[in-house]
Amino acid sequence: MAVIQIREAIRDAIAEEMRKDDSVILLGEEVGEYDGAYKCSRGLLKEFGPHRVIDTPICENGFAGLGIGMAFLGLRPIVEFMTFNFSLIAIDQIINTAAKARLMSGGQLKCPIVFRGAGGAAKQLAAQHSNSFEHFYSYTPGLFVVAPSTPYDMKGLLKTCIRDDNPICFFESELTYSLKGEVPETEYYIPLGVGDIKKEGKDVTLISWSKNVHLALRVAEELQKDNIDAEVVDIRTLKPLDTQLIYDSVRKTNRCVVIQEQHEIASFGSYLAFIIQRDCFDYLDAPVEVVSSLEVPMPYSFVLEEYVFPSVERCKEAVYKVCYL
Amino acid sequence: MNIEEVKKYYGEMLRIRRFEEEAARLYTERKIGGFLHLYIGQEAVAVGAVAAIDLKKDYVISAYRCHGHYLACGGSVRAGFAELLGKETGCAKGRGGSMHFYDVNLHYYGGWGIVGAHVPVAAGMAYALKYRNSGGVVICFIGDGAVNIGPFFEGMSLAALWGLPLVVIIENNYYAMGTPLHKTAPVEDLSIRALGFPVARDTADGFDVFAVKEVVARAVERARSKNQTTLIDVKCYRYRGHSMADPGTYRTKEEIEEKKRNDCILKLERYLDMNGYGDVIEEIKSKIENEIQQGLQEALNDPFPAVETAEKFAYVED
Repeated sequence: MAVIQIREAIRDAIAEEMRKDDSVILLGEEVGEYDGAYKCSRGLLKEFGPHRVIDTPICENGFAGLGIGMAFLGLRPIVEFMTFNFSLIAIDQIINTAAKARLMSGGQLKCPIVFRGAGGAAKQLAAQHSNSFEHFYSYTPGLFVVAPSTPYDMKGLLKTCIRDDNPICFFESELTYSLKGEVPETEYYIPLGVGDIKKEGKDVTLISWSKNVHLALRVAEELQKDNIDAEVVDIRTLKPLDTQLIYDSVRKTNRCVVIQEQHEIASFGSYLAFIIQRDCFDYLDAPVEVVSSLEVPMPYSFVLEEYVFPSVERCKEAVYKVCYL
Repeated sequence: MNIEEVKKYYGEMLRIRRFEEEAARLYTERKIGGFLHLYIGQEAVAVGAVAAIDLKKDYVISAYRCHGHYLACGGSVRAGFAELLGKETGCAKGRGGSMHFYDVNLHYYGGWGIVGAHVPVAAGMAYALKYRNSGGVVICFIGDGAVNIGPFFEGMSLAALWGLPLVVIIENNYYAMGTPLHKTAPVEDLSIRALGFPVARDTADGFDVFAVKEVVARAVERARSKNQTTLIDVKCYRYRGHSMADPGTYRTKEEIEEKKRNDCILKLERYLDMNGYGDVIEEIKSKIENEIQQGLQEALNDPFPAVETAEKFAYVED
């Protein structure tokens, strides 16, 4: 097994699919000459040329819509948003065009497209560049939403997404592009809708996705000092959602804390808390806790930013609460 | 004018008008829900433009006033009425409604409800055609209300940048809903917007099906042979309100009557009549009427979708 960074896993996934199928096209700001704003497309322009690795002007609505039109006529575009913060410029295309085309045409149109890029905050990028928008896209029927946490998951899921016939929002994270992990040399795909237990445990279930899976793992490690054996569930895909994996874990541990970077109100984490209490009510020994970012646009100063994010301390407090400690 | 062409376009325009008149009636009878934006008055634009392309390799996409484009591409009358009535046999299986007609087999790609948003989509379709060296061209219809919104500019600038085989036709009917053109743009000829991208520009008289055809044919040729994008301002006029909910208080009866004197269908009817084709007019009228009435009857008798299928088509199923 090779040990590679997440940005390399993304690049390899795209390159492998592009080699296999000339309908796969990458477009977005800086994807070509610059090798990607976060270097996720290093070398692709050279290998595949400017008609398949397309540098776009800064016009998210324009190139998202353009990708959708390509998909209608049989191409499989991967549209890179430098970060999902800028997907708001294109959100009408994603929600009103891509997600609804199939239903509105009575099943005539197909829109095989992947919108991918960094989601969530990085470090001190301030309010406009620190948004966590998974819930907008998860809310919309017609879209799948994927947010993996490791190089292995990132590669296997991105390859699946590129081959899927549905429009998909694929969330990465600026803070984990350099994170390394083992990835097999042989080709593999990870199906949508299958979560993963990142650490087994018996006392409490910690649920998360994307980079906060790593926070959950740190929390689990710290909890060992308190003799609490936490299980970490990485849902990997928000839609379709592996409810069975979540429910099996919660029914085993009887306690659950959801860890997310989203704000609590109307968030994906609060939705998870709702379905868990609805479907696992008899198994729960305490109400489900959700640890979220505080209810404020992200302030710049690092002391404030750290305080707004879900922290190890706040997660531990939530665990103590569901354990009545 | 070639008499066979006159007959053909006369019939095609009449077919659209009669479809729309029946749709209006169904709406007042409350058999159709939602919005209903009628194309009456603008028939020469859709028919003239489609006459200039080859639907075996070319594609058409339009906004929400879409019945005329769908029918001009050869869309079925029955499937059109069935769509308005919300029937399973509709051209979008009753899932789209008036603003979202589709017939992918005919290369008619809708039927889009967000003003201007389908311009980048059309550019993407044109990119795909160019990428595959298909020789195909995309015709994208928009209204005069669409030339001030961001996606219009973004789609046009990408088409210009990459030389996409795209023809964007502004159906300039002088009103964005009820707001007159002079309140939304500083010029009457909206093709001037082409200069900044830049793309080729042209104008056409939307009351004259032959004029539209000629201008669009030139643009299609530029797109096909030189991958050049064109923006065309076609002056036209809708006789009915923006939608059925519009009482039309923002314009005078005299203005509408004056425009009607230049009606695209009556013009060809007079031409046929003066050239001794009176019997042909009656023949075409009765053929169209039969098609309309038969399609309507069938659509009225067609089944509604089964409610158990309400969630179908949200996703592509394996």
